[in-house]
Amino acid sequence: MVTNSASRPKRKFSLRQQDARTAWLLLVPSLLVMLGVTIWPVISTFILSFFNAPTGIHQVRTFVGLGNYLNMLQDQTFWETIGRTLYFTVVSVGLELAIGLAIAQLIHSHPWGWQFLRFSLIIPWAVPTIVNGAMWRWIYSADFGALNGLLMQLGLIKHYVAWLTLPNMAMNLVIVADIWHTMPFVALVLQAALATLPEDLDEAAAVDGANAWQRFWKIRVPLLRPAILVALIVRTVDAFRVFDIVYIITSAGPAYKTLTITYLTYLNSFSFGKQGTGAALSFLISAFTILMAFLYIRLLYRPEETQ
Amino acid sequence: MHNRKFLRKLLLFLLTIPIFFFIYFPVLWLFSASLSTQVELFSVPIHWFPQHPTFQNYLDIFFPSQAASSVPQTYAVSLLNSIKIASAVTVICILVGSLSAYALVRIPFRFNRSIQLGILATRMIPEVSLVLPLFIIASGLHLINKPIVLIVTYMSFALPYAIWLMAAYFQTVPIELEDAARLDGCSRLGILFRVVMPISVPGLVSTAMFVFLLAWDEFFYALIFTSTLAAKTVPVAIAEFIGRYVVNVNGMMAGGILAAVPPVLVALIFQRYIVSGMTAGAVKG
Amino acid sequence: MRTFNRIGLLIVTLVLIVGIAGCGSQPTPNAVPATQAPANAQAPANTQAPAAQPVTIHVLTMDQAGIKNSEVDQIARQFEAQNPDIKVNMEYVGYDYVHDKITTGMAANPPAYDAAMIDVIWPDEFIKAGYLLDVTNRVTPDMKANMFPASWNGVTRNGKIYGMPWLMDVKYFMYNKDMLQKAGITAPPTTWEEVVDQAKTIKQKGLAEYPIIWSWNQKEGVVCDFTVLLFGNGGAFVDSSGKPVFNNDKGVQALTWMKQTIDEGLSNPSSVSSDENAVEADFLAGKSAFAVNWLFQYSDSNDASKSQIVGKAAFAPMPVFAAGKAAGIKSASVDGSSSFAIMATTPYPDQTWKYLTYLASNEVQTKYSAEMLPVWQNDFQGDALAKLESATPTNPVTVPAFLAQFPYANERPTVAYYNEASAALQLAIQEALTGVKSPKDALDEAAATWVKLGSK
Repeated sequence: MVTNSASRPKRKFSLRQQDARTAWLLLVPSLLVMLGVTIWPVISTFILSFFNAPTGIHQVRTFVGLGNYLNMLQDQTFWETIGRTLYFTVVSVGLELAIGLAIAQLIHSHPWGWQFLRFSLIIPWAVPTIVNGAMWRWIYSADFGALNGLLMQLGLIKHYVAWLTLPNMAMNLVIVADIWHTMPFVALVLQAALATLPEDLDEAAAVDGANAWQRFWKIRVPLLRPAILVALIVRTVDAFRVFDIVYIITSAGPAYKTLTITYLTYLNSFSFGKQGTGAALSFLISAFTILMAFLYIRLLYRPEETQ
Repeated sequence: MHNRKFLRKLLLFLLTIPIFFFIYFPVLWLFSASLSTQVELFSVPIHWFPQHPTFQNYLDIFFPSQAASSVPQTYAVSLLNSIKIASAVTVICILVGSLSAYALVRIPFRFNRSIQLGILATRMIPEVSLVLPLFIIASGLHLINKPIVLIVTYMSFALPYAIWLMAAYFQTVPIELEDAARLDGCSRLGILFRVVMPISVPGLVSTAMFVFLLAWDEFFYALIFTSTLAAKTVPVAIAEFIGRYVVNVNGMMAGGILAAVPPVLVALIFQRYIVSGMTAGAVKG
Repeated sequence: MRTFNRIGLLIVTLVLIVGIAGCGSQPTPNAVPATQAPANAQAPANTQAPAAQPVTIHVLTMDQAGIKNSEVDQIARQFEAQNPDIKVNMEYVGYDYVHDKITTGMAANPPAYDAAMIDVIWPDEFIKAGYLLDVTNRVTPDMKANMFPASWNGVTRNGKIYGMPWLMDVKYFMYNKDMLQKAGITAPPTTWEEVVDQAKTIKQKGLAEYPIIWSWNQKEGVVCDFTVLLFGNGGAFVDSSGKPVFNNDKGVQALTWMKQTIDEGLSNPSSVSSDENAVEADFLAGKSAFAVNWLFQYSDSNDASKSQIVGKAAFAPMPVFAAGKAAGIKSASVDGSSSFAIMATTPYPDQTWKYLTYLASNEVQTKYSAEMLPVWQNDFQGDALAKLESATPTNPVTVPAFLAQFPYANERPTVAYYNEASAALQLAIQEALTGVKSPKDALDEAAATWVKLGSK
């Protein structure tokens, strides 16, 4: 398709320059918004992290350099909290992935009512996080909750158990509540990806004698790698920064067993009035999540594998 | 042969039952609790369905003047606030974000890659670290307790999210279409508005839906920036049901159902866009 | 056609930018955070704004148990009627949120609130942060003399007064008359040891699986309960030099006692995750015989829509431990009062003070005495007392209970780092109750944290 150069309007700038101008034009509104609402606050917080900044009007900010960071890194609560948060992240995301994959495959096999199942998955996902938290808090209620009621009627327990007071159970219960809410997202993503996989590869393998299990693991899962990666990154970053659900269900109790790193930041910045420490913590969180995202991409990302 | 197939179908169906149970048990319990009186909710053994079901909890919310407790009185207003704010955020993000997404995905220019990474990086920043500076700016502009403050602060996470989703979607638009338009003499903007956008309506709808849900869900900023009726949102109102002197679990359950209805409805109505949005994001990464 | 598109886009962009940036009203966004000292050196001058047009003051308070938000609004409207140049904007949030809203509100200039409700444990922190306005010179001798001396505790430090009393509250010991009667117990317990004995009887008779319910979840509530027990054992939080002593044997005994009652099945294990509302829920459902809680639990107990034990709740003086009794302690509870304070950087201190005095005025306090007991002593004397007692069906019981219990209200430590200190103590108590640490170790660690906090 060759066009006569005479029929084309003269351009003042090269195509590349025009492109650049257009790109900037399209980007400027977003960038302006992000400048005001994200970049400036981030810089402000970053600067704050190098100061000892107790809340208060006549409080003098003293420059402490890396003091806040060093204090954090030497604080036992900090490391325990990181550990807890990692536990939450790994278990939560791991289970979501496993269960989500299983459900995705299940839907993909089209059992009776599979459309209703997919439709139903939307409900837990669309329920707001706070409502989810309030709901599970009531379910776990020691004296009147549905969990106790159910287990009692099934004969699995003799007395009602005060679930949220058990130091070793509390985090797991929060994880269950979180999984209920976020696993559908993973399931739907994976199911959507599964639906786009070509069937012929699968059928060929079946003809060659591979059973369903092998077909699943050796063919489908590898092809799902990009989808899994996306789900993993999104969920890991969000899980690491979990706050709302802990706030509503346990308020970081019992005995800080459900204290997560974002919650610790909140406590420092607001309850304890140590804004410098809070700022440093929030930077550590961001660093951690960026690191995780890059690790994932490094380890798992392969350019589209040709079939 | 048929037998085996039937057995297999049966087995698969049986496997779906625990999943349905897991999904619906909490929701139905929430619904049942919302129809109970406080006295019934606090009875042992547990009443799976209230013996004296009542819509009073819902009535308290919709006709606040008759409500005994103070929290339901303000609940309906917070519902409206949430609708206003989530809608505004969605519209702005779609308008502004789609333009930027296209630029990042299709227009080669010098800072393209770095801006992409920058936008991705902003998603990693926890809300708690932006709150105080944002609050100071908002206070200085006298925006506290006005819906606009939430609309603007929500941009901090909604806009990158929208850009990311739409970028993924635009990548699935066949490049041949764009190339053809270019050869026909279209400028970049022309391609964007005349070729890409019309095809991308499903992607735009899908993104709009995700952004709406995200904005509806947000709690932390709403908690810090709003508490008066002018701008209080639903998650904050729900959290208020758990106050120092407030024992209103049944009201909270009713509030919870009402809070869940708009996002669930939106998600169900636009469900086929969920699938297409996720496919685009998932397959192309 | 193409240029049209481009221009259109440009216009849209400009509109968006202007719209977003211009939506705020004021020209100078506060780019420099107000916490820097030099910028605010002038702030406390508090020059009076000319009273030409109505001034709006913003007041933050919590959702309260007794008085309803709509009633407080009524008070605000009445005030506005009497003071046409002042408009009052009340903001109500749950107790858990008040502290943080004050902190964030004060980060802005002018502050988001002109006055706020202050819990009895916050003045030291807020005074150190410079949030509260010194109103010593505004308080009239009449107020000082005739309001309960104890009500000034929450706002007086080093002889200076920083606010106006609003609501006095103390934790009460309530029991289920009916249950005790069925168990054959003739009189309520006077010591915690007796409480345990009576609880055992009640449990044995099958009247309650867990006869005692507490608010021991990881919030301020657990420190309140610990205060009751600590002082009831003759213990204290700090000694005269400010050094923590709650980890001495008296404190350890109290904490060990707490854990033991759970282990013996007398205190409900869910206490460890319960707040005051959960305590009320449990007690009102008739599941416990003894419940320690604020005043609101009593009036709610007689509300048939909430309670299954209407008419069965009763007050008794807060018990003490036998050791405390031997040391001459008659009763020990915890002070949970609240006051209103003026924010130091408010541009309208006079108007705000006017409103606060109105809130605390005899007129208002007696009008709403049914919902919250007045802070004026003379309301509790002579004819006024009779009138007060008959104001509502529950007052004949609650007023004497208040008069009997309030004198024994103990304070929690008045230190500026209280929030963080309390968090450490809450953690320690929770660790002991869940068996993660021994009571002694947990309290020792908390004490060490207090020392560290105090030395900064």
